[in-house]
Amino acid sequence: MSIDWNAFTPASAVIGGAIIGGAAALFAVLNGRIAGVSGILGGLARPQAGDVSWRIAFVAGLVAAPLAWGLLAALPEIRVEASFPALVAAGLLVGIGTRYGGGCTSGHGICGVSRASPRSIAATLAFTAAGFATVYLARHLIAP
Amino acid sequence: MYTAASFAAGFVFGLGLLVAGMANPAKVLGFLDLAGAWDPSLALVMAGAVAVGAGAFAFMKERTRTLLGAPVLLPSPRRIDRRLILGGLVFGVGWGLAGICPGPALVLAGAGSAKGLTFLAAMIAGNGVFEFLEKKKRAAPGPAPMRSP
Repeated sequence: MSIDWNAFTPASAVIGGAIIGGAAALFAVLNGRIAGVSGILGGLARPQAGDVSWRIAFVAGLVAAPLAWGLLAALPEIRVEASFPALVAAGLLVGIGTRYGGGCTSGHGICGVSRASPRSIAATLAFTAAGFATVYLARHLIAP
Repeated sequence: MYTAASFAAGFVFGLGLLVAGMANPAKVLGFLDLAGAWDPSLALVMAGAVAVGAGAFAFMKERTRTLLGAPVLLPSPRRIDRRLILGGLVFGVGWGLAGICPGPALVLAGAGSAKGLTFLAAMIAGNGVFEFLEKKKRAAPGPAPMRSP
């Protein structure tokens, strides 16, 4: 392992992380819910009366963030290296896996770990390990 | 008010993802590439988020109503089962293939990225596959109910 010091952005990482944590905190304190994106989006697949508008609002907030940012300043770099077929496969796996696992990076990774939930810590270890293994296979074994 | 707070939380969440670099899939893959030139930034994103989040969840722990008077819906299932771990592993493979998870997928869509929209569409299709399989499972167990002809 070698650390890529040029890519390492500790200040923006900690500040951005704190803002994400602040959003999760806001959602917990005001709405009493876990800011888990896969679950919020997934709940729209089985809409129930009175349970739809807050979900759409949260999703709209996420979509609106880059739009508002773009009005005031240039967006930070967004580089998607994966090919379109890889993106389709990846999206399907993320869509299925997060629902079976009951959460993603936000619900388990940030909220669950903040609550010291053993279940979320286990899920976070599982998806992070699988992410490490997948990138290792793709970058160093299959296409080095 | 409840819906407005939900929008605000999503909006701030999205801004945080942009600031943190989580909305840049190349940076996420840089974190997941332990054997290459490793970018540890995302570990600090997690640390920053948990440092702030932990205080709020601790504050909410004993409460039954939120500051807006809404019921607190913070369930704590503790069961670590096969579904949780396998689901996590499948998600992790997808995350490693693209460097995108659900929150950033929505931010990328908002940024007008065609690749982000492709991922999001596939993710929603994956959701549909899950719902379909669950529905089939709910219908399957036990003897089929008697149907009147």
